[in-house]
Amino acid sequence: MDPYQTLKGKILLRPEINLPEHTIEHLIQSGQLTTIPAITKQKFHYKCNRCTTTNRQHFARISCARCQTTHPYCRNCLRTGRVLFCEKLYLWAGRDAAWPEQTNPCHWEGSLTKHQLQAADAIQQAVRAPGQELLIWAVCGAGKTEMLFPGITAAIQQGKSICLATPRADVVRELYPRLKQAFPQTEIEALYGGTEIRTGKGQLVIATTHQLIRYYKAFDLMIIDELDAFPYHNDKNLHKLAARAKRRDATTIYLTATPRKKEKRRIAAKKLPVVFVPIRFHGHPLPVPQLKLDIQLQKKLKQSRPPKSLSAYIQSRAQERQFLLFVPTVEMLTKMEEMLTGFPLKFTTVFSEDPERKAKVNAFRDKEFDLLITTTILERGVTFPSIDVVILDAGHEVFDEAAIVQIAGRAGRSPEDPTGKVLLLHQGKTNAIVDAITQIKGMNRKGSQL
Amino acid sequence: MRECLICQSPIEEDITWSNFLLPSVEKYICEKCEQRLELIGEEICKKCGRKMESAGICSDCAIWNNHPVYQGVFKQNRAVFQYTPFMQEVIAQWKFRGDYQMIEVFRPYIIKEYRKYFGKVKAKVTPIPLTEERLHERAFNQAEAIAKVMEIPIENALARKPQSSEKQSKKSRRERIQSENPFILTKSLNSPVILVDDIYTTGMTIHHAAKMLTDDECSPVYSFTLIR
Repeated sequence: MDPYQTLKGKILLRPEINLPEHTIEHLIQSGQLTTIPAITKQKFHYKCNRCTTTNRQHFARISCARCQTTHPYCRNCLRTGRVLFCEKLYLWAGRDAAWPEQTNPCHWEGSLTKHQLQAADAIQQAVRAPGQELLIWAVCGAGKTEMLFPGITAAIQQGKSICLATPRADVVRELYPRLKQAFPQTEIEALYGGTEIRTGKGQLVIATTHQLIRYYKAFDLMIIDELDAFPYHNDKNLHKLAARAKRRDATTIYLTATPRKKEKRRIAAKKLPVVFVPIRFHGHPLPVPQLKLDIQLQKKLKQSRPPKSLSAYIQSRAQERQFLLFVPTVEMLTKMEEMLTGFPLKFTTVFSEDPERKAKVNAFRDKEFDLLITTTILERGVTFPSIDVVILDAGHEVFDEAAIVQIAGRAGRSPEDPTGKVLLLHQGKTNAIVDAITQIKGMNRKGSQL
Repeated sequence: MRECLICQSPIEEDITWSNFLLPSVEKYICEKCEQRLELIGEEICKKCGRKMESAGICSDCAIWNNHPVYQGVFKQNRAVFQYTPFMQEVIAQWKFRGDYQMIEVFRPYIIKEYRKYFGKVKAKVTPIPLTEERLHERAFNQAEAIAKVMEIPIENALARKPQSSEKQSKKSRRERIQSENPFILTKSLNSPVILVDDIYTTGMTIHHAAKMLTDDECSPVYSFTLIR
């Protein structure tokens, strides 16, 4: 094994390199490693060369015990390792990583539907063409992961390195076992904060976008999943990190169910090739949300009493069916918990900072609860085979068009139970609600014409 | 708009006549986080300064007071905040992730509590040192950062022996209490001393340091920590 494998395609801080000082010096002298200052002063601001931020608020000053001066450090990097002005970054400049040859890397035995196959072919072609970009616009539950398999297979056969980046750690955790099973002989890493599957030498790296902070000209194939999701879609630095992690003639594949305006514009201008997959892998249409106007919604929520529309739904629903209740804010979670204590329901709540999030989601999947109350954190990426979905206060600003489409996409995921109820409780329709329903109906129309 | 140093949410400030007309005091954290910082309050253990139901001596200190070696090596500890899970996270961000700027969050509280407890005490201020290695890794000594807030000249009278490199926070209570004294004296102060540290947990660190100073005729030895 190559002793420097873990350095290849990386941009690292000194504590992140587990090699003795003299080895590093040798690598620098032989031109295999180059160093750059971690933070550079530009005309009017500082720039962190690790996370690429130039935001003034990301820089604070430290009275440094290493160099005995007071200088800036990057607060944006704290979660992945603080960066000091007096530090250096180490960039690999030597030979590229070489991977074991594989003629038949994919051991997945499932088959793709006609529409999945179309997308898969387009991806495969893009993998072969240097510098190609491609957007796969596939509805929730279209089976995006499986569509990637032929493309990934082709890349591995050609000895390329691959990154599958997604904004959410939950998604990384869910994808890792599936890809491990499909590509058992390939070195795969799953990177997110607190992961245990970090070897530094994966050919296929599944990572949250933040983890790309350690990569530099590393990947020939960059797949960006959930292109439109928080925090990727509104964080320019993450875009820069993804761009930096790619090799010069890398292929980029974007996956999304709900493209934002920017991508839609590029598609309309024919600047971004796109493949639609308007139908779910089981061939059934997407559940169209039902609206329920409740004119006393806000008043009841303010009084911490369950809104009539919600209690009516809970009483009339089929008892054995599980459902997800989406609420707009974390504060509303605790309120909801109190409001629903009188009902004959077993339930729990999750939110992004919840330390037991993983366990609770798994318990819900194992049917230990009838109801899971959640913030928008579960809007995408997670799959429960057979559930109904309710959005409380769907007119709230956190439920934008993409969020509603994604949430509605949680229902009817399994071929055994392809329909599911999606109920939006609101006190006045918003543009987001109307646009989301238009989008879902439009996709269903496209799907039925195929 | 400024972001809260702890939760990154924007800090909203109402416009009032006073901050419209006068330069306002800069805020570093949002109101929600501010409310979660719990001060120790008035009912405390007379010795170690922990929060109590009613004033007195806590059971830990009763043991220390009868300890053959450490009995009477230091007079009292006073602290600012309670050690809540929230505080634990805040400290982790400051110390272990190395977010030096967090001292700004503590600054007004440190000044206020220090004045309250030690305003009239004439003593030299000595921060608990780190090992060379840890100081290099962290790039700052958190105890010194606290001591600097008080704007009193600092006397670095102690150093930490290199072999005691295991982080205190990773040891069990028993391991800590049985460990040998990690400090060495680098300077004779011959005066009352206020030791400064970030956390008083078992009290072992403070007792070790205080023992060194007491043996060198410093009396009395107080201590001031951010957290108890």
